[in-house]
Parts: sequence; structure tokens; C-alpha cells
Amino acid sequence: MLQRMQYTRFLFVISAVMIVVAGITFSGCTTPTPPTPTPPQQDLLIATTTSLYDTGLLDHLGGIFGPEYNANLRVTAKGTGQALELGQNGDVDVVMVHDRVREDTFLQNGYGVDRRVFAFNYFIIVGPPSDPANTRNMTATQAFDTIYKKAQTNPKVVFVSRGDASGTHAREQFLWKNAGYNYSAIQVSGPWYVESGTGMGATLLIAEEKNAYTLSDVGTFLAYKGNLSLVPLVDQGDELLNVYSAMIVNPAKFPDTKVQLSKDWINWLISSKGQDLIANYGVSTYGQPLFHPALGKWELLGVSQAETQDPIP
Amino acid sequence: MAGFLEGLSPIWQGLLQAFNLLISLDAQILRITALSLIITMSAVIIGSLISIPLGSVIAYGKFRGRNTLIWLIQTLYAFPTVVIGLIVFLFIRKTGPFGPLNLLFTPQGMIIGQTVLVLPIITGLTISALVAVDLTIRDTITSLGATRLQFLISALKEARFAIFAAIALAFGRAISEVGAAIIIGGNIASPGNFWTSTRTLTTAITLETGKGDIALSIALGIILLLIALVINVIISIVQNR
Repeated sequence: MLQRMQYTRFLFVISAVMIVVAGITFSGCTTPTPPTPTPPQQDLLIATTTSLYDTGLLDHLGGIFGPEYNANLRVTAKGTGQALELGQNGDVDVVMVHDRVREDTFLQNGYGVDRRVFAFNYFIIVGPPSDPANTRNMTATQAFDTIYKKAQTNPKVVFVSRGDASGTHAREQFLWKNAGYNYSAIQVSGPWYVESGTGMGATLLIAEEKNAYTLSDVGTFLAYKGNLSLVPLVDQGDELLNVYSAMIVNPAKFPDTKVQLSKDWINWLISSKGQDLIANYGVSTYGQPLFHPALGKWELLGVSQAETQDPIP
Repeated sequence: MAGFLEGLSPIWQGLLQAFNLLISLDAQILRITALSLIITMSAVIIGSLISIPLGSVIAYGKFRGRNTLIWLIQTLYAFPTVVIGLIVFLFIRKTGPFGPLNLLFTPQGMIIGQTVLVLPIITGLTISALVAVDLTIRDTITSLGATRLQFLISALKEARFAIFAAIALAFGRAISEVGAAIIIGGNIASPGNFWTSTRTLTTAITLETGKGDIALSIALGIILLLIALVINVIISIVQNR
């Protein structure tokens, strides 16, 4: 009986020690040990569409914005769908995405506030240089229609879709619809249609391996061009316009949102300094800009002038 | 179509660049490696502190459902790490039960994920190690009039090598897993603050390869292999004693 009690006590002591040590280990991790300058640096958590990250643009901009505002940009690269989902649950401070339709829903449902449009470029249809479906010089909808029809008889015609609810994937679905197809029917229509379920960079590499067509934003394509034999086939037309916006996760819903720093970041993006940096990014490396500044282009982009130039108060 | 030898050249170049990065002690690589080691070590320490006492109770305890419990723990050795990631993600995100703790996309959150991963491994192998302590030794200890506490301490001493191997094994599994690390951590670089970075060896290899940074991926892969090698050497040294 005594032994039994000792045993129980032993277990009790062990568990107590265990909990204390675990507590110490944990709190040790939470407290940043390196000496921090005063005032303390603030972290800003951003969920972004993969194109802004894969091209290196956000690392570049963050490296300049960070020291200026004593801020540390923490970026997690997801598709637009995933980024908005994280925003809806208050898991991040800012979302940077490119799908007007879902952005509008996001704002209307009160998950986000203060949308600003900071950049644009174009989607392009890329494919193997041999272009087995002969899509050169077509419009995007014509090209999609042709790819579908040729793929039914020619096994060399393959299309790789992002398949990840990203902004690019949304545009692809829009183009299928414009071409007169039902997207869910396209998805199951045969081996010619492949879903990668991953980011833009990885999807381009998959299309490269499969000698396939895919829809890309021009920025990621240019950044990856060195590793690809794929060529741009269709790059003209309003239906390929690609507009990037930033929104703050609604502090009324999620009080933890770092509102001031989020505003600083977005206002800096649409400032003439941020816009210049965007305009010049990648020019020396790729011979042309990957993204165009949105400032002054509100009519072309079909957005309100305020969204492109008025700082968030 | 490029030939086999031409196809080797980019791999060779990547390898050379990787060695350059390793030899020059590239800052980014050091950060990523240090963070991986810190996260996994924390998880293994916390996991051991919970698992070894727990394993002792189960090994020498007499209660209903003991065998079922052991069977369950052993089944969890193969707990898919993405499922651990998903579950922890749902619990620690802002709208989840532990949302107010702000653990999503932090190293602490990743430690929780890896702790969940190593718990069944260390617990289960501790049970096996203790049960395997020679019956005659157990009888001798008891016949010398040891209390239960003394008995347990002697048994743990006898089983220490096997338990150590269990911890090393758990370490190897935790540092090489990627599913939970990406979902919970988000592969965030955080240039300004090391302690809020979540880019570990495995997440960097997975996502930076997609970004086209092959040399970095190869260098990190080499480090991961070296860590696995060291762990195996330790395990075999310990087991040969």
C-alpha cells in the first residue's frame, strides 16, 4: 500500500517537473532573445498570391520597406483562394491577391477593408514552341476553344491547370466559360486536361515537362523563362488583364490585425516610391518589367481612381 | 531532346553551387538549419518529458484496456504528418479553440505539431524497452526489496539505451517531415526576426524548388542527409553497447 502511494507520488512529481520544463522551453521560445532596437520592430503577416512571391517582387519590396518602417514582412505564398480563406479567419494582417470577383465578395462580407490596386500585368497562354493546336495570334477564348477541340483528336495537345482556386485558376475558368464550355465538364473531359494543384512557378515546370499549354501571369513566366522552352502564344486582349490588389483584414472582426502597419505598407505600395520600385523590378534581370504600376491606369484597369491613388486614411 | 550526359550537367552545376553555399556558410542556410534544429529539439524534449513517464505507467501498469492502448499507440507511429498539420492548424488558427494564443505561422506552432508527431513514437518505444528489460533482472530488483520507485528507476536505467534510440528515431522523423511544417508554419522567411521565421530545411526544399532556387534546395538536402546520418551513427553506437 505504501509502495503504491510512493509510486503515485513519484508519478505526480514527474508530471509536475515535466509541465514546468515544458513551460520553460516554450516561454523561452516565445521571448525573442536577440537584442531588439527601440521601438521594437513589428511583424506584418501577409498572405499573397504565389506570383508576387515566386517572382521575388515581395522579397525585394519588403527589403526596402522593412528598414524604413522598422517592420519585418512575413510572407506566406498561397493561391488567391487560400490567401482569402486565411484572411476570412483572421490568420493574417494583409492579403495580396488578384481576383476582382472574389475580392468583392470578401469586402462585401466584411472580411476585408481598404482595398488598393497597386500593380497589374497580363495573363498569357504559353505552350510548346511547336504549338500543336495552332493557337498563335488568336484571342484567348479562341485559343481555349481550339485547344479543347484539337485535344479531342491529337494526344499531343495537353493543358495544365493550376487547379488550386488561385486567381489564375479563376481566370482560366472564366476563359473556358467565355469559350462556351462548362468548366466542370472540362475538368473531367479526359487525360488532356491536367490539374497541378500547386503554385504558378511549379505549374510552369510541370507544363514544361509535359510539353503542355498553360495559363500564366506574365511576371512568373518571365522570371522562369530561363528554365523553360515554353513560349508565349497569346498575350493580347482585355480578357487577359491581371490586376493585383491589397486588402487589410477587417480589424472590426479581428482586433489583432496590425492596422497601422498594414495601412503604412499598402500606402507605401501605392506611393510614387513604391510604384517606381514595382515598375523597375526585374528590368535589369529579365529585360522588361514583370509588373506595371497601377497609378494613373485606373480607367484601363476598370477600377475606381481612388483605389489606385488615395492613401488609406 | 537532350542526351543523358547533357541532362546531368544542370544537376552537376546545382551540386557545385550547393557546395559553394555550404562551404561559405551561407547565412540563409545557417538560419534555416538552426531553426530546424531548434524546433525539432524542442519538440523532442517536450515529447520525451511527456512520453517517458507515460510509457512507464503503461508498461508496468495494470489496467483495463492496456493492450488496446499499446496497440493504438503503435498504430499512431504512422500518423500521417499532413493530418497532424491539418488538425493542429484547425486548433490554433485565429477562429479555432486556441486562436487567441496566436500560434499559427509561428515556430511554436510547429513545435506543437512535431510534439504530437513524436509522442506516440517515444511512448510506444519506451513501453517496448521497459517490457523488454530482462525478467530475471526485474525479479532481482524486486527481491532486493526495492520500492516501486526504485524499481522503476532501475528499470529505466536498464532500458536507457533503447529509450535513447527511441528519442533519436523520433528526432529523425520530426526533422525530416514536411507536411505538418508547411501547413502550420507556412514557409515564412521573416528576414528581420529569426524567432518568427518558419522556414525549415524541408519546407524550404519543397517550396524553393518550385521557385527555381535549385542550389539552395540541394544544399539543404545535403544537410538533411547529414543530420540523418549522424542520428543513425548515434543509434548504432548506442545499440552496440
